[in-house]
Amino acid sequence: MTALGHFNYFIFIILMMIGFYIVMSRSHLVLKLIGLSLFQTSIFIFYISLGKVSGGTAPVLIDTALTGTTQAYSAPLPHVLILTAIVVGVATTAVGLALVMRIHVAYGGVLEVDLLKQDLDDAT
Amino acid sequence: MITLLTDVIVLSLLIATALGMVVMRNVFSAAMLLGIFSLLSALFFVSLDAVDVAFTEAAIGAGMSLILMLTALGLTDTGLQQRSRLQWGPLVLVSLTGLALIYGTLDLPLLGDVTAPVHQHVVPRYLDSYHEVGLLNLVTAVLASYRGFDTLGETFVVFTAGIAVMGLLNPDRDTRALIRESDRPMYHHTILVVISRLFIPLILLFALYVQFHGDFGPGGGFQAGVIFATGLILYAMLYGTRHAERVINPTTRNVIMSGGVWLYAFTGVTAMILGGEFLNYSVFMQDAVQGQHYGVFLVELGVGMTVAMVMLSMFYAFSEYLLDHTQDIIQDKSLSASGFSRPASEEHQ
Repeated sequence: MTALGHFNYFIFIILMMIGFYIVMSRSHLVLKLIGLSLFQTSIFIFYISLGKVSGGTAPVLIDTALTGTTQAYSAPLPHVLILTAIVVGVATTAVGLALVMRIHVAYGGVLEVDLLKQDLDDAT
Repeated sequence: MITLLTDVIVLSLLIATALGMVVMRNVFSAAMLLGIFSLLSALFFVSLDAVDVAFTEAAIGAGMSLILMLTALGLTDTGLQQRSRLQWGPLVLVSLTGLALIYGTLDLPLLGDVTAPVHQHVVPRYLDSYHEVGLLNLVTAVLASYRGFDTLGETFVVFTAGIAVMGLLNPDRDTRALIRESDRPMYHHTILVVISRLFIPLILLFALYVQFHGDFGPGGGFQAGVIFATGLILYAMLYGTRHAERVINPTTRNVIMSGGVWLYAFTGVTAMILGGEFLNYSVFMQDAVQGQHYGVFLVELGVGMTVAMVMLSMFYAFSEYLLDHTQDIIQDKSLSASGFSRPASEEHQ
């Protein structure tokens, strides 16, 4: 795993930025949320990769007396943080989607450009 | 060598899926690609030794969040958007941010470095926690015992999000009755019904296994809750919400949902009453390790109850809102019947 060095981190950042680009460039609100989820998942991968130990295994204890070797474990702390973050992530995405559905019924569409135009028309 | 190869393959697939989401002009396809992306990242989590996280990501990213997104897309149009030409403003901004972040990663320790800061401080104690908490799965030990405060807060966030979705989308009692009449479940799809009849009991049983075996192997309340909810959601999609609500009616749902966070908080308060700190389970039994085990069990049960019912309530709120308003659209704009049945069949893929 060490052979990859920083290369993995570059990939995660590219993934994050693809998500960020979708959020900024797309007008469809659901697509924006998809971009946000992509960004979020990339950050999860980044966090988890920080806890990796080369030659290590999952932080579920195995009987060392049986194998006769001391086993290295990956750090469990990032796993805990991300595990809960994933569940919180889907809950907040659901709130976002609920808002999108309400916006669709109120405005008759979910394209950001149309929404802004309607708001401007209402204001004037 | 094998790890290097899997690493490169999965990463290239992740990049390809993400780029697919950019070029895809149909929002529905982008949502499906996001599900694939989640599944691939779950695969990658396994190669990074994070089995619990992989579990959660597979159940939530590829299951739960996809169902919710497709339900939302059933209401909004999924059709072709305007030509997705390259937008220079966002592109420049994204490139600059990306370069700054890549510059930042150069100072990070190499992947898999044992001397990295993340492996210092509290992590050695967590790795040695078997004498203190007595759980084989260290992730569960950290989640429910060492960082119990954190998890309590996150359970409340999930609970609050559930309430927010229900507040935003729940119809009143009369409308709900009308919606239930108009619900068109998929029980006439024989293959789906036969396969699902086989799978639903297994899914629910597996959820219970994940819940109660989380102390010894990968699993725990969060994963179990989502898996349990997906089993019930599959049932609701096949037989309609009316039938599914005979299994768990809205009142029971709400009671279990709030009962979960209540159980978690009450476990903490009980520890205080018995003379310990908030969420210090050691005081539950004569033997501190035994007490920890009981505390973790109760807390995980609370998490599982809340997460399962929040996910289920979200699905009901989404699908009822969708049914309610697609009916309006059909009446108002006289859309074809095929336009109506589309979202239901898409949800299932």
